[in-house]
This record gives sequence, C-alpha cells and structure tokens, in this order.
Amino acid sequence: MTDTTEVAEETVPDEAREALLEVLVAELGDQLIEHHLIPGVDLWIRVAPESLADVAEYLRERQRFRFFDFISVIDWLPSPFGRSLDSAVDSALEIEANGEAESAATTEIVRGYAGGETRFQILSRVYNLTTGLGVHIKSDVPDDTLTVPSWTGVYAGANWHEREAFEMFGINFAGHPGLQKIYLPGDFEGHPMRKDFPLLARLVKPWPGIVDVEPMPAKDEPTATNPDDVADPSSSDPSSPAPDAVSSDVADETPSDSGDAS
Amino acid sequence: MTAISDRRQLAYVAAQAADARVNLELEAEGMTLNIGPQHPATHGTLRIVARLDGEQVIEAEPIMGYMHRGYEKLTEVRTYAQVTTLVNRIDWLGSFCNEVPFILAAEQLMGIEAPARAQHIRTILFELGRIGHLTLFLGDLGVQLGAVTPVFYAFRDREHILNQIESVTGGRFHPNFDRIGGVKDDLPSGWIAETKQSIDKIRDFCDLIEGLLFGNEIFEARTRGIGVIPADVGLSYGLSGANIRGSGVDWDLRRDAPTALAYDKIDWKVWTHPDGDAYARSWVRLQEVRESCSMVDQLLDTIPAGPIMAKVPRIIKVPEGEAYVATENPLGEMGYYVVSKGGLEPFRVKIRSASFNNMSISPWLLKGTYVPDVITILASLYFILGDIDR
Repeated sequence: MTDTTEVAEETVPDEAREALLEVLVAELGDQLIEHHLIPGVDLWIRVAPESLADVAEYLRERQRFRFFDFISVIDWLPSPFGRSLDSAVDSALEIEANGEAESAATTEIVRGYAGGETRFQILSRVYNLTTGLGVHIKSDVPDDTLTVPSWTGVYAGANWHEREAFEMFGINFAGHPGLQKIYLPGDFEGHPMRKDFPLLARLVKPWPGIVDVEPMPAKDEPTATNPDDVADPSSSDPSSPAPDAVSSDVADETPSDSGDAS
Repeated sequence: MTAISDRRQLAYVAAQAADARVNLELEAEGMTLNIGPQHPATHGTLRIVARLDGEQVIEAEPIMGYMHRGYEKLTEVRTYAQVTTLVNRIDWLGSFCNEVPFILAAEQLMGIEAPARAQHIRTILFELGRIGHLTLFLGDLGVQLGAVTPVFYAFRDREHILNQIESVTGGRFHPNFDRIGGVKDDLPSGWIAETKQSIDKIRDFCDLIEGLLFGNEIFEARTRGIGVIPADVGLSYGLSGANIRGSGVDWDLRRDAPTALAYDKIDWKVWTHPDGDAYARSWVRLQEVRESCSMVDQLLDTIPAGPIMAKVPRIIKVPEGEAYVATENPLGEMGYYVVSKGGLEPFRVKIRSASFNNMSISPWLLKGTYVPDVITILASLYFILGDIDR
C-alpha cells in the first residue's frame, strides 16, 4: 500500500521530502491511499475522494501549506480518436470501417504516479512557503457520481479552478458556492477536455502536419523509431545541420520544428 | 367590499405604490456597470460586471472566455517541439518565458540537462523578457491613472530590449527559440556589448519612471492604501509574482524552487514590500526591472563556453511519467504539469498560468472599492488576458 517507488537511477537523498512523507503517512492514516516520491524532484500523494477537503484543511492548518497552486483533472481514458501522430491510421475512421471489436485502438486505462482506480482523477498542488516544498494531491473521482468535495472552504482560490474543472471535465464539486461555466458560453454542451470529446477541427480537416510523419517507403523504417539514433553530439554548432546523408531520411520524418535546426 | 371610490384618493395610493417600487428597486438592484469587453484597462477582452451603489462597487464579477483558445486540448495533438509555438501566445508579452518551463518539464521527463551555455542563454533571454514585460507595465500603469507620458517612454525603451531578443531569436514577440536539450542558436557576434547598452537605457528608464510616477503626489494618492491584499488572503488565492511579494511574502521561484537555469550562479535579491497595496505591487515591479538589469549584466559577463545543445534523439519521444515544472515568469508562477505516455505528444498538459490565479482574487478585492479604483487595482494586479484564458 505504501511503497516508495524510486525512479531516479542514482538515489539522491531527499531528507526534507522523505520526512514530510513520513509525517503525512503517519497522520493521515487511511485517508492517504498511495504515494510516490521522486527524490529531489517532487512528491505525489493520493487520498480518498471523500476526505479530499479534510486533507486540504489538514495540509493548510497543520502542515502550513498556505500557498494554493492549482486544481485540475486528468482524464486517463486513451483518446478514442487516434489523433496521435503515433498511429498510422485514424482509429475513429477505422472503427467506422471495421466495427468496434476489430479496431486496434486500445481502451485500456493506464494511470500515472500514485496509481488510481477511476477514469478521472483530481490533481492539485499546494506549497509550503517555509520549507519551499510542494506536494501534488491526487484523488480518484467516483465514476458514478463524478462528485468530490470542494476546496473553496479551505483555499479561496479553488473557486475558479473548480469552475474550470466543472465545465471542461464535468466534475461536480460538492459545497462550491457557484458552480457555473467560466469560459464557455452558457448553452455549450459537452465537456471539451474529456478525451472522448473530439477536437472537431481535426476531424473536419486532417492536420496538415501529419503528412510529415507518414512512414517513409520501406528501407529505413527501423532507424526512425530507434531511440539510439541520436543527433551527432560532436556538432556543437547545430545551426549547420550535420551533412551526413545517412540522417537525411530520419530528418525528413522529424516534425519540421524539431530540436535541431535543420 | 369597500372599493376606493374617490378618484383623488385612488391616484394618491397608486403614486405611493409606484414610488415605493422605484425606491425598492434602486435599493435592491443598484446600478450595473459593464467594464469591457473592450476597455483599455483590461489588456485584451475581459468583461467585468460591476454592481454599483453610487460610486461604490457592491459586487464585481469578471467574465472570461473571450480569448479562450483551448491550448490544453491542442497540446494533446501536437509534438513536444510544436507545443512551444502554442505556448508562446499564452502570455504574449513575455513569450520566451512561457517556453522555458514546458521545455524544462519535458527535459526532466527525458532525463536530459541542457549544457551550461544553453542554460545561461535561456536565463538571459528569460530576464530580458521580464524586463520588456515589466517596462511596459510601468508605462501602462501611468495611462490607467491618467498620466499619458510614461507609456511613450516605455514603448520607446522596450524597443531596445525587443531588438536584442529579435537579433538572437528572429522574433520580437514569439521567439519560439527554446528546444528540448538546449536553445536553437548561439548568440550573434557583438550581441553582448549591444545588450549591455540596452540594459543601460532601461536603467535610465527606471530612474525616469521613478521620478515621473513614484515621486508623483497624485500617483501616490491614487495607489497608496488602494486594493490592499493581506498576505494570507493572497496565498489562499494562489497569488504569485510581484502581487504576493508586494504583500510582504518573500517567495520567488527563481530562488526557492531552483530549476535548470543559471540563477544560482549570480548575485541577486528578491524584492518585497510590506504594504500590499497597489503602490507596493508597482514598486516591487520597478525594483524587479532594476534587479533583472543587474542580473542580465552579470550573466552576460559569465557566459561559459561550450555546446548549446545536449545529445537529443532526432525524434523526440518522452518516456512515460509526470512532471511539474514552474518558473517565476514576469506575471508570477507559470507551470506545466506534463503527463506523458511515452508517445510523440503529451498525454495531458495542465497549464498553470499566473494571471488566472492573480485575477481570481478580483471579486474579493473589488468589493467595496470605488469605480476609479477598480482601474487602479486591475492595473496593479497586472494580468494578460491570454494568460487568464489560455
């Protein structure tokens, strides 16, 4: 339940964050479900959805996390529209042609740090200005109600952030004083930031940039996806592209605005 | 049933009732004043609906979304290299500063660190962006208060900074210069000396503005004690940048959350002001321009030699993971929470922009103020609409 996953290869001791995590694990008890610490980088905790507001209050009052940073939502559903430049075919069109079952589009949900069980996750961050540490607080959003407690009673600034999450993801915040749309017109239907909300501009007209990354004819295909194929490190002056002809095919597949000036 | 038969009495009662209704409406409704969407004080298209009682604001509600471009959604269908083009347009006055935290977040996920020279160049351009941004603020602040002169000096002197940015990056407003692993190009020859001259002009500008505005009796009368934000309230709204330092909170991400920029290699200080009013916020920004001038000066003297790009794969695929990197932008904390699933594009990008938090305090702050002070307060909070709407 409480395994500290270490991602960094060389373990940098991070006493401040480890000490903070120990305190949080001890004092929050069952409210803290999972955590993730990358030494020297950041700390994530995942709390039970019903105790979200209590945890915020605890962090603010007892741990002096006074600075409210943001609240947002992550939709872990893989995009059903295959707009990723990764996929050679548009899976929305493919589903239309082959039927749902035969399409290669994945619907398996893979979640990030500190795990999770639901499609939507609340993601928020607060700072303690005395120690200079920030902590990410994640929480599952129950799939059936899509409702979590509001933070507005603890951090006044949560108001607008929750309104944004409400209109963009359709998450309800119990106890919010005026949960209205913040950007979109009042009669707008749908929640645009959800993964299953299509980016209409892309469906109407395919992104012209996608032409750049279509697979090149046959021979060099393995080279393109080989991660070891790196830019020539000795060319310290990238304004002049490496003149070797080998890389030219690869360069063609690179999006036009890539790391190297080409 | 007793009907009122007397015609005169009937008229009297009707008049009484009508009067009462008018009085009642005046008391309950007050007057509603629309500020914007097109108003010079709003830096874009922000509309503020203010309910007034005489000259006093009972309630003010900003209405946003006129400039919402959905960058968080758009980033999900663009490669990492293409995202910088988008984020340039978030806070359009400090464009380069928007690119840096996103690139740093991607670098953190990839485990790449830019070479020392690239970090130095990034920091210099970052601070030049801040100088250009806040220079305009100092001029604009005068306009909001009815002093038209400073803004002409501001535009004149900001041009020196924009020219320097342009001669490195090729773009005055949207440099699109930062790359994963380094920067696009090296500095052109002669640039260091020219930049030093430009910095000197900005120093003169600061002295000029200090005399024109901060020493001005009218300016003081209109900003001192106006829009006071107590530190604790500011923190719970997530105010950052000069807005929170103007309330006496000593918090600067350049110092307190060090990223791979060259701030630890130079000598500088964080300016704060204890008052928390419009004057304090403006004063802090003035000092920050001066501090940035001295920072750029030191950075120019200590540029290390070496490459400007790290070893980066030709096709950038960011490994699975999550990263949040924030930097201290001219407007305050700007951060990107990047979720990668190992693809060519980010899976989700949360853009934490400074102005969104900075403006979220405005309904609280504007309550009970007077209409002319609304403009002062908005000017001193200093927001860019693109940074609110994203």
